[in-house]
Formats: sequence, structure tokens, C-alpha cells
Amino acid sequence: MKELAHEISARFSELGVEIPIGEIEERLDKMINKFKVPKDEARRSVVNYFLKSYNIKRNEFYTGQSESPLINISDVDDGKWANIRGKIVQLWDNTHESISQVGLIGDETGTIKFTIWESAGLPQVDEGKSYFLKNIVVNEWNGKFQINVNKSSSIESLDEDIEVGNATVEFKGAMVDIQSGSGLIKRCPECNRALTKGACMEHGKVDGVYDLRIKAVMDDGSSIQDAILKKEQVEEITGTTLENAIAMAADALDQGVVLEKMKDSLEGRYYLVTGSRVDRYLIVESISPIFEYDSSELDELIAAAEVI
Amino acid sequence: MAGYTREVARRIFAQEFRESNLTFKDGDDQYAPQYLLTPTGAKVNRVFIVGTLIEKEDIGTDSEYWRGRVTDPTGSFLIYAGQYQPEAAQVLAECETPAFVAVVGKPSTYTTNEGDVLTSVRPESLHVVDGETRDMWVIETARCTLDRLRSLEDLSPNAQRAKEYYDPDVKHYSSMVSQALKSLKETY
Repeated sequence: MKELAHEISARFSELGVEIPIGEIEERLDKMINKFKVPKDEARRSVVNYFLKSYNIKRNEFYTGQSESPLINISDVDDGKWANIRGKIVQLWDNTHESISQVGLIGDETGTIKFTIWESAGLPQVDEGKSYFLKNIVVNEWNGKFQINVNKSSSIESLDEDIEVGNATVEFKGAMVDIQSGSGLIKRCPECNRALTKGACMEHGKVDGVYDLRIKAVMDDGSSIQDAILKKEQVEEITGTTLENAIAMAADALDQGVVLEKMKDSLEGRYYLVTGSRVDRYLIVESISPIFEYDSSELDELIAAAEVI
Repeated sequence: MAGYTREVARRIFAQEFRESNLTFKDGDDQYAPQYLLTPTGAKVNRVFIVGTLIEKEDIGTDSEYWRGRVTDPTGSFLIYAGQYQPEAAQVLAECETPAFVAVVGKPSTYTTNEGDVLTSVRPESLHVVDGETRDMWVIETARCTLDRLRSLEDLSPNAQRAKEYYDPDVKHYSSMVSQALKSLKETY
């Protein structure tokens, strides 16, 4: 019983309320020994009594007790409660009055969308800062996981700076499509967004800055992976530098020739891409063509075909 | 476009593709994608083929309409590209035969007056590639086909439906795969 009393007292002092241990013991003793209340029930009743008398919200008391495991962002699973340590990578525009903040949070293993609901009544988080999110719940929306910070969750700010890593992923397959918006493009000098028809969504008509990029679809026969190649990778894999591409476009009076050439040299071929996954895209850090098959795989498959 | 996901390009050998004749749609919506179900249970809305373009012919009357024949170790695919597949039609118009080509396209079927179903491919893209790419495709297609044969016993809806409709002879397809794989050995 002493243990129980200490436990309760410790939990309350975490919340900044010091209750004389004798007082707790006395109440417990009365319940358990005199009125024959089971231990668990006695505990609950005593806790509730003090919560009421010190005006503490029940969920504040119980969140700390949560059994939610601390997990990595790459390991989140639908419907599970969890604790997450991460850095706010981006805050997005709030789209609904019931949402307090929405954005992207990341840890060493990846990034995920988070929503802090207005009803959670929590203080605002800042972009670039690291936090410990307790008792959040994971759900799936539109085929992607996201985390929800609700009224039973809590947020603690962390002093350390969590490095947002991106779990490196690998995809091996055929490049089956290069999508529009690839090739030689222009970006807004203000915000770096790709221009559409010479205009930035945010800043209107601007003098764009040339860049190279490829939005590719990789396909291995059982799944697809959208991949984005930045200038460095595009130059490496196509052998066409940005200057060459600009010159090609100037010669032809058409930016489209660059895209056509890329399609012609890349589509329908096999590549191994590695990079980090952001949303549905794989941001490619390296891409290499696959030149030949593994002859041991050939033998294995021949053997496998025999036994079917 | 909520919930839209791109269809995976399936890997199928020409022989299996030719022996497929069951097409259906998921749902009644007029924009619902059309699928071709193959005897080994591949539900196909897009294919990826790498093979040898051995014949090509402009069979159009008013505008260009190209027909190409692309072979793999088990048979050949017919490819049709017209004004709505300008990129593929242009490559067909310009390339020499024979050539290794990679095709990404949609399966389409045509029912003859006799009631036979002919399958062909309407290319989204068509490019000249090298022989290594073609060999890798054969390996990959073999692997995908064997995986499908193995899972024919499963209760997945595609496998079930393929079994009911085609009653496929597993040996027939495993020996097709085997033959395709062994053809790679001969060239090396």
C-alpha cells in the first residue's frame, strides 16, 4: 500500500501538485482495509478525489501513464497509439477551423503528416523545432499514414535538434513513363516553384530560372514508384548538362525537345534508384542503369520452372 | 482524382497474352478501367514489353496507322499506333527493323466475325533499346509469370476467376517460361 501511495504521489508531483503522502495513505487505508475495496478501485477512487480537489483534468493525469510505445516514424501502423520524437519539418496552411495546425514532422527514419486538432487545446508548435509527441494516434487517409494529436495527447518541446533522416529506399524496375513537368523547366526566382506557362502559382508572371528535373514512373511489374530526379541526377544519367539543354531548346525554339530526348534515352530501360521517400515520391539521390541480369537468377528460375 | 493510382504495367509473355480473351471492367462507370485477365491470373490494364520489332507496316488509309510485330521467346505481340499515339507512331515510322523495342501500352481486344478474340497492344510509349534490356525483361517476365502460377492455388479473386474461366494447364505455362529462359542460355 505504501508503494501505491508513493506512486500516486509521484505522479501528482510530476503535474506540479504536492500531496502529503500521509493523506494519500490514509485514504487508501480507509478504502482497502476498512471498506474492503479492491486495490485498483481504491487507487482510482483516491486519484479521482485528488484530481477533483486540485482541479486537474483527468486526461492530463492519465496521459503520462500512457502505455503508448515510443516508435520511429517509419514504423507507424494504422490505428495504433504511439509516442513520437520528431522535428517539425513544415507547417502547412490550415484548411479547417477544427484543425489547429497541420504539417510534416520528421525523425531519423522519415517524415509523416501530422494534424493537431483544435480540440486538443495544445500550444502551437514552431517549424524547425523538435518535440516529443505523446499519445498520438495513427490513421490512414488516402492510402497514407498520418498522425493525429488529439485531446488525450501532449506535446513537450525538446532542446535537442533531431536530424530528419530519410530512410533510404531502393527501387529496381523499368522506367515506364516520364511525366509532363519534366525536362527543361523554369522555376520561380522567389519561391523555387516550377512555373506553369511562365507563371508562378504564388508570384504570377516572373522571369523564371532554368532547371532540369525528371518526374519518372518506375515499375517492377508488381508495384509502381514515382521518382523525382533533380538536376544533378538528370545531368548524370542523360549526359546532358543544363547548359546543353538550354542550347538545345534555343536551337529548336522549343523546350519540349529536351523532354523528348530524355524520354527516348531513358524510357523502357531498367534502373536502380535509391533515395528518400517523401509522400508518394522517391527523391532520387542516385540512379544507375542496370546493364545485365544476374546469371545465377536465370539458373534459379529455370530450376523453379521445372518444379511447378 | 482522389484515390487514383496508376496501373502497374504487367509482364506477360506473348504466348500467354495471345491466349487471353477475358476482358472486364471494375464497376459500371463508363470511365472504369478495362482489364484483360490472363490464364495465369494477371489482371492487366497496362503492359510492359521488351522484344524485337520484326515487321512494321503503315496500314492507315487517310492518316498514318502503324502496325508492328514485336516478338519475345514465346511468340509475338501486335502493336497498333495511330494518330492518338503520336510518339509511338513516330518511332515506328522512323525506326529500322529488326530492332529491340520497349513498349508500354494498354491491352486491347478485337473479336472477329468467327468469334475469336485477338489481343493487341496500344502503345503509350515505344522506344528502341538494347539487347541487354530485352534479356532482363525475359528474366523479369519469367519471374512474374512463375509467381502468378504459384499463386494460382491461392484464393485471390484474380486467380479464382482465371481458374474458373480458363482452367489453365499449369505445365503448359511453366514449360513456356522454361523455354523462354533457356533461350537466353543459348545466346550466351
